[in-house]
Amino acid sequence: MENLNEKLIVTESPHIRSGNTTSGIMLDVIIALMPALIAGVVIFGYRAATLAVVCVSASVFFEWLWCKIVKKPSSIGDYSAAVTGLLLAMNLPVTMPFWMAIIGAFFAIVIVKQFFGGIGHNFMNPALAARAFLLTSWAQAMTTWVAPFSKVGADAVTQATPLAQLAQSVDAVSTATSVSAETVQLPSYLDLFFGTTGGCIGETCAFALLIGAIYLLAKKVISIKIPATYIITVAALTFVFGGKDGLFTGDALYHILSGGLMLGAFFMATDYVTTPYTPKGQIVFGIGCGVLTAVIRLWGGYPEGVSYSILLMNVASPLIDRYTAPKRFGAFKEMKEGGKNA
Amino acid sequence: MKKIFSNGIFKENPTFVLFLGMCPTLAVTTSAFNAVGMGVSTMVVLIFSNIFISLLRKFIPDKVRIAAYVVVIASFVTIIEMVLKAYAQAVSASLGIYIPLIVVNCIILGRAEAFASKNGAIKAAIDGLGMGVGFTLALFIIGSIREILGAGTFFGVSLFGEAFQPVSIMILPPGAFLTLGLVVMAINLISNRKKKGEKEVA
Repeated sequence: MENLNEKLIVTESPHIRSGNTTSGIMLDVIIALMPALIAGVVIFGYRAATLAVVCVSASVFFEWLWCKIVKKPSSIGDYSAAVTGLLLAMNLPVTMPFWMAIIGAFFAIVIVKQFFGGIGHNFMNPALAARAFLLTSWAQAMTTWVAPFSKVGADAVTQATPLAQLAQSVDAVSTATSVSAETVQLPSYLDLFFGTTGGCIGETCAFALLIGAIYLLAKKVISIKIPATYIITVAALTFVFGGKDGLFTGDALYHILSGGLMLGAFFMATDYVTTPYTPKGQIVFGIGCGVLTAVIRLWGGYPEGVSYSILLMNVASPLIDRYTAPKRFGAFKEMKEGGKNA
Repeated sequence: MKKIFSNGIFKENPTFVLFLGMCPTLAVTTSAFNAVGMGVSTMVVLIFSNIFISLLRKFIPDKVRIAAYVVVIASFVTIIEMVLKAYAQAVSASLGIYIPLIVVNCIILGRAEAFASKNGAIKAAIDGLGMGVGFTLALFIIGSIREILGAGTFFGVSLFGEAFQPVSIMILPPGAFLTLGLVVMAINLISNRKKKGEKEVA
């Protein structure tokens, strides 16, 4: 009898655990973002690294401070605040003043994340919400793009983002102004792929972002559903409607490689908290993001729409989950209706 | 009497507790000046409509009372609009369409229905005054926060000098929601603590 008791161990469920922890996943995301950050530092200079450090430390500090004030156990150990800070830095132009970046970190951590209950309860992506906040507040600082490899300072050369350039060239054709389409020099695909264009710190280098994305996919931290449907939808819509010479002449590759699409699709549209958890819902989410991004890029007032489209779909996520929830095994339609009546 | 007056300012503050009249609260609080202009105009309408509805409460048939209230309220709003146009053009110009829209402000109709139609004229007047002061105070708080952060000014006077780069989002529509949410949060925090304290004493 004694022998059996030793072998028969009674414990509470769950009995099978995976090794996944919040801190492990967040650490993977940080590792996956490193190539893009290094690319940003190479392209835009060391100030990109300083800005990233400022954003990360400000985010972690606000997280710690908030936990201290409301007397919660400190949650900086799960690295989620560090990821938010890093993603925020990726979404800023390299010339962004530090104090604005710190206010952005405050908005992301305290207002968007902690006011709603901390990690797991935020209703939209904190880093993107902070970006939208900063863009609305200091539009000029948020849209001052520095040309790659030029030193940051008073004599920095500014350069429009590839998408702004594309919008200019399309406008030049459609309005037939004195600026002909040829005078707007669009960057080549190679420039776009390796990120040697104007833009935010972490969004320009598609190559580095793809390395990070493959790492996350290989470690099964993210699933391919949202990024794939997102990018394919943008490609399809920009190909059909984005051309200067009518339908089906758009430059889909240009649209995929430029702007924040790579960064947004792999690193921000895959956030666990603010995206649907049902497989069907994730596909709906990806397509929704793609449609919104394409609509904003092609017909909207802003040249780029990745951040707003992800934020809008974040808000719609609970609704998507509700309508795509799989049926319980053995659940009958009649039972469901009966439940409603009861 | 004192209780009726303070009721509108604290316990049943139309903006922060009852959440009535959200449209002017969010739309015109881009500056402290606009907020006070809106608050005082609403207060005047509220006091007079409360008095007259209270006086007429025995004559108004129950079935058409809402229509009757709206006629009374609309009359006073029209008077206010004309007075502002004649004597306070700055307020009239900056508030624009939101002055005639006082007619549909839920606070006024709400107080007519909930208080003036059941109480005497003097009580109704004090209730209108209390609610009006509460509403003005709420708008003033929101307007001041938004103006100071979003434009760096207070009643049009520059506060921080040239170097200050204002947080423009605060005077844009999202800023209204942000400020309202934060102020309500702060007020709930204080009133919850107060309740806790009262419980402990009891």
